[in-house]
Amino acid sequence: MWGRSAFRGGITPATHKAQTQTQRIRQFPFAPLLEVPLLQHAGRPALPVVREGAAVERGAVLGRADGERSVPVHAPAAGRVQRIALMPSVTGAMVPGIYLEPFPGATQEVTSGPACDLATASAEDIINAVQAAGIVGLGGAAFPTHAKLRMPPERRVRLLIINGAECEPWLTTDYRVMLEQPADVVLGVRYLLKATGAEAVVLAVEEDGREAGEAVLAAAPEGLSLKASFLPTRYPQGAEKLLIRALLGVEVPAGGLPIDVGALCINVATAAEIGRLLPLGRGIQERVVTITGPGVLDPGNYRIPIGTPLRFALEQVGTTADVTRVFLGGPMMGQPLASLDVPITKGISGFVAFTSAEYRDAGRVQPCIHCGRCVQACPMTLNPCQLGLLARHGEVETMRRDFHLDACFECGCCAYVCPSHIPLVQEFRAAKAQLRRLAAHAVTEEKS
Amino acid sequence: MTLRAPLTIGPAPHVHAGTSVAWIMLHVVIALIPACVFAVYLFGLAALLTLLVATLSCLAAERLLQRGSAFTLADGSALVTGLIYGLTLPPALPLWMVAMGGFVAMAIGKTLFGGLGSNAFNPALVGRVFLQAAFPAAMTGAWLAPLTAERFVTLPEATLSGPFLAPASGSYDALTGPTPLGDWKFAGGETSTFDLALGFTSGSLGETSALLLLMGGLYLVWVKAANWRIPTAILLTVAICASLLHGIDPQRYPSASFMLLSGGLMLGAWFMATDPVASPLSAPGCWVYGLVIGLLVVLIRLWSGQPEGVMYAILLGNALSPHIDRWTQPRAYGVTGGGP
Repeated sequence: MWGRSAFRGGITPATHKAQTQTQRIRQFPFAPLLEVPLLQHAGRPALPVVREGAAVERGAVLGRADGERSVPVHAPAAGRVQRIALMPSVTGAMVPGIYLEPFPGATQEVTSGPACDLATASAEDIINAVQAAGIVGLGGAAFPTHAKLRMPPERRVRLLIINGAECEPWLTTDYRVMLEQPADVVLGVRYLLKATGAEAVVLAVEEDGREAGEAVLAAAPEGLSLKASFLPTRYPQGAEKLLIRALLGVEVPAGGLPIDVGALCINVATAAEIGRLLPLGRGIQERVVTITGPGVLDPGNYRIPIGTPLRFALEQVGTTADVTRVFLGGPMMGQPLASLDVPITKGISGFVAFTSAEYRDAGRVQPCIHCGRCVQACPMTLNPCQLGLLARHGEVETMRRDFHLDACFECGCCAYVCPSHIPLVQEFRAAKAQLRRLAAHAVTEEKS
Repeated sequence: MTLRAPLTIGPAPHVHAGTSVAWIMLHVVIALIPACVFAVYLFGLAALLTLLVATLSCLAAERLLQRGSAFTLADGSALVTGLIYGLTLPPALPLWMVAMGGFVAMAIGKTLFGGLGSNAFNPALVGRVFLQAAFPAAMTGAWLAPLTAERFVTLPEATLSGPFLAPASGSYDALTGPTPLGDWKFAGGETSTFDLALGFTSGSLGETSALLLLMGGLYLVWVKAANWRIPTAILLTVAICASLLHGIDPQRYPSASFMLLSGGLMLGAWFMATDPVASPLSAPGCWVYGLVIGLLVVLIRLWSGQPEGVMYAILLGNALSPHIDRWTQPRAYGVTGGGP
């Protein structure tokens, strides 16, 4: 059932993982001022439940979930709420957040809430506990995990996929979490199995993370039929839709969700956090982040309190003087930062600092020569060449209708291989934004 | 904080495979060098001058015509067009014709369509087809016998003739050795496979050594500067058709090895049909495109009045390429039916 069939297309960039793969997860100190956004997930921001000037324990709830598409936010440190205000986020947008000043000498001790016991909890109990712990997809999408687990009654999960295929170059958080917290991963899997009633579960790992996957298998107790699937190291193997095709041999219908084909994908770090937090009744206060890149002096994997400013984090690890670009996530899909004065949030699995040397050879954009490299590389079997041509002519509607622009998840393979250095992903994002504007405009027209 | 430089932002991905248009063109030039050197060895000074003038005329035309835009010579595409164009020419062609064809190649074949990436046809072939139409006598009569003793000392009379002052008729004949395809078509002779493979025959500069061109082509495919499916499809189609026909009537139809190794097939299949701009995008599209060109080559060579058909076959393939693209759109993940 779980063959090694890869997807068509994709690329094999240099992975640069050796630098941090061997680095144990190290605990980060508290920054003098933590900036805790109330919106760290896809959905509605949490509602603050503390007042300015209040003293809070570590792990106390700072904001409660605002409905189903929301999760609470917990205090990453014992401290005083200095201010509740809008703060800059990594995308550049301003989001509501809480400035928390940790008490001098604040310990790493954590407040615990009501525990969720695996043996006695019902599926509903577990899903509620997952929400109460503020758990979101830690792979980067930051979609509230409980919303994924709570599915319509007619839907059945045939295969629960624990996604440890960390295909982005440079990043090693999932790898280290599997290696150092195999018991947490396994416990998280058991919570997830109970919550979803999944028929089977498989841990998907790329070949270059084999030993980490085997560590998790070794930690599985008798009676838990956890299998691992070692997939070729090929970007973007970790993309949900491609994993599903590799493991189940089916495609998620366009515009559909994995559950439409009976699959549910949960990131391995998310599973580990569920296994770590639920038995103690705690919420997320920190997460493992890979800080690496040619511009970082002490690259490694760090457990960093949520809300730690990136500037503080980079000061801790030290940077070379010629850092010219910092981006969150890996180099393929990573969000570039215009400012370091933004906080670490739940969805950030790593950040990479590049120096000017990495951009020395950046080519000038040239006309498309129609070579077809992008067509061969697109894992969604789209036609990036034609899409790019249409984008440059403003034909966004044709892009959507005839060339399935919506299927593009911006993995960057096309732009990576383009000999003309055309920023294809950027063109597609602009086209999608234009389509959203057109759709919003159409709605307004209808109303008036 | 040690961070001093301001941060730059740019769209993801932040890494790149490292290829560029110039990188591709450089590899094409490298792959062509053995065939060029061999042409000069075979035909001497005339070949050297023809290649030089062909290349320089293309470069000069590109520089002149793209004056307003950025410096486009650096992408190497004009150099590649010039070299390939030169290799399609017979060695004793008057140099003024060579220059004129080179200019037409760049002006009509490329610039008029919008420059790099916009040409519908292979520019080198546009230049060649122009000469074929404008000066048919010179184009079909300017063959030189290979390896003549004085090839590095004297030039054919035609080479340096003034513009529109064609040398007296009959002057070609003294030099001519028939090309293998012409010999087969008009005199019924079949050159030995050995001579064809090594290239000790008469013909256009790049029509002679099948082996060197094959090596260059394999190099291109190996460094992934050309799509391997296109030459594979063309050569397979020609080989299969020729074998079948030869099996039916060996008297009338030449053998597959003769068909594969003679004329411009190797140069065309590896270096001209693979021009990315004028060939299809997707893998299935490339197979169809190669099949069409292969069939046309067989058709023109065996049943038309022309001894050679690679040039027209590729140009027709170029013309069909956008349509092939439309018929072979890849099916997007998760999409069933529909499409443009």
